[in-house]
Amino acid sequence: MKQPDHLVIKNLCFSRNERLLFDNLCFEFERGKITAILGPSGIGKTTLLKLIGGQLPVDSGEIIFNGLAIHNCSEKQLYDARKKMGMLFQSGALFNELSVFENVAFPLREHCKLDESLLSILVLMKLEAVGLRGAKDLKPMELSGGMARRVALARAIALDPEMILYDEPFTGQDPISMNVLLNLVKQLNKTLGLTSIIVSHDVNEVLSIADNVYVLADKKIIAHGPADLLLEQTDNPLLQQFLHGQSDGPVPFHFQAEDFVVDLQKVNK
Amino acid sequence: MISAYLRFIGRFTLAFTQTVGRSGLMLWRTLWGRPHGKLLPLTIVQIFQLGILSLPIILTAGLFIGMVLSLQGYNVLVDYAAEESLGSMVALSLLRELGPVVTALLFAGRAGSALTAEIGLMQSTEQLASMEMMAVSPLKRVIAPRFLAGIVTLPILTLFFNVIAIWGGYLIGVSWKGVDGGAYWSVMQGSVEYLPDVFNGIIKSVVFAVMIAWVALYNGYYVVPNAQGISKATTQTVVVSSLLVLAMDFVLTVFMFGS
Repeated sequence: MKQPDHLVIKNLCFSRNERLLFDNLCFEFERGKITAILGPSGIGKTTLLKLIGGQLPVDSGEIIFNGLAIHNCSEKQLYDARKKMGMLFQSGALFNELSVFENVAFPLREHCKLDESLLSILVLMKLEAVGLRGAKDLKPMELSGGMARRVALARAIALDPEMILYDEPFTGQDPISMNVLLNLVKQLNKTLGLTSIIVSHDVNEVLSIADNVYVLADKKIIAHGPADLLLEQTDNPLLQQFLHGQSDGPVPFHFQAEDFVVDLQKVNK
Repeated sequence: MISAYLRFIGRFTLAFTQTVGRSGLMLWRTLWGRPHGKLLPLTIVQIFQLGILSLPIILTAGLFIGMVLSLQGYNVLVDYAAEESLGSMVALSLLRELGPVVTALLFAGRAGSALTAEIGLMQSTEQLASMEMMAVSPLKRVIAPRFLAGIVTLPILTLFFNVIAIWGGYLIGVSWKGVDGGAYWSVMQGSVEYLPDVFNGIIKSVVFAVMIAWVALYNGYYVVPNAQGISKATTQTVVVSSLLVLAMDFVLTVFMFGS
């Protein structure tokens, strides 16, 4: 049965430096489900997450989270809404000068007046959930990329959000870290009932855990639907090229240039 | 030719207006509204970072500048048999001009560049964006304590600079060149006045602190998020804030001592 939508985006248009990134996009993110947004690099996937988080203003369109118009609300309403959102940044975005423990404790210290012992218990629980309780005294610089992302994930769920935004969570991970992260995303979604939005270009990994998928290309949504049905849309060459990683197709291998022979002749002249 | 010139003026004016507007808005949003709950402890940490850690360079520079000033002053004054006025000359030049200006220039190089690099790195590694997503305003949590710490720190550093430079002047004038120690202090006491000299110097250094901290934090906050961007922003902080200090010093001096 379809769950009510947690986040709805209607007719979103956005441009940056006079370049149109999104042209009239519409999304529906079901409560408690994992929704993936796939697309090639540079298409603006991270920008989309920043728009959802209210970090960038939209050109036109609506972003409705829990009934609140994110694109058109007061700063206080936006900050209240963000307490219900967690975001895992691609780089982890951990605070360098703080230990792992203090990084995870940061949002709790900022927003909750908790007794130090209760705070410690909460932080240890979050770290245990991502398997890094033993690394609590390390500094971010001492962590591997995968570990840093897991700490960032523990920090993102510190305030028990309703929705979590993942920005390229699997990029640059070794197979073990990748698998650990995949299981964590799935497990957190299931046990905490989180609405999860993943933007990524790791097709196989994302399709293995996502309930719904949107594929972006050339400023538009070129396909959307349940993950298993997406693979069956063989009549869409752009989608097929992206899903199967073909080097040439509707997205050409060669960047637009004048004729190769003409170019070489110019060198001789 | 003329159209290219006009285009350049137009581009420059637009960029300048944008920078002024954006930096003004940044400062407004930093200082206006409810401050961060831990503003005081966060500011104290920054006072240590910007102030205490700048002390070695400020004290060393102050000592040498005081010694050079005293030596040059002595060489001129002794020709007119006025070497007894050395204390007055050293103290007035330091309190009115050299103290606030040189300390501000050193502060821009030492602390301003560090502020820009730190904030720029936080911006480029998405630490500030992640703070925003945790519903914590980076302007109130990160920028405001650094701005306030800069304003508190520079005037105090200027006073330290003045004290050590006057002592440096004493070392050269009295201990080496044989000017009478009592005359050095008493002439100084007779000529230096609290409001026009000491207080005006402090006002200058507060104004310089506002400008340096503002420029440094703005350049860090709006950095182009890559290595080249951080390096450019850091250089820009030192250049722009140093020039602003010198220009503003002239304006303030005209108002304070022009008549």
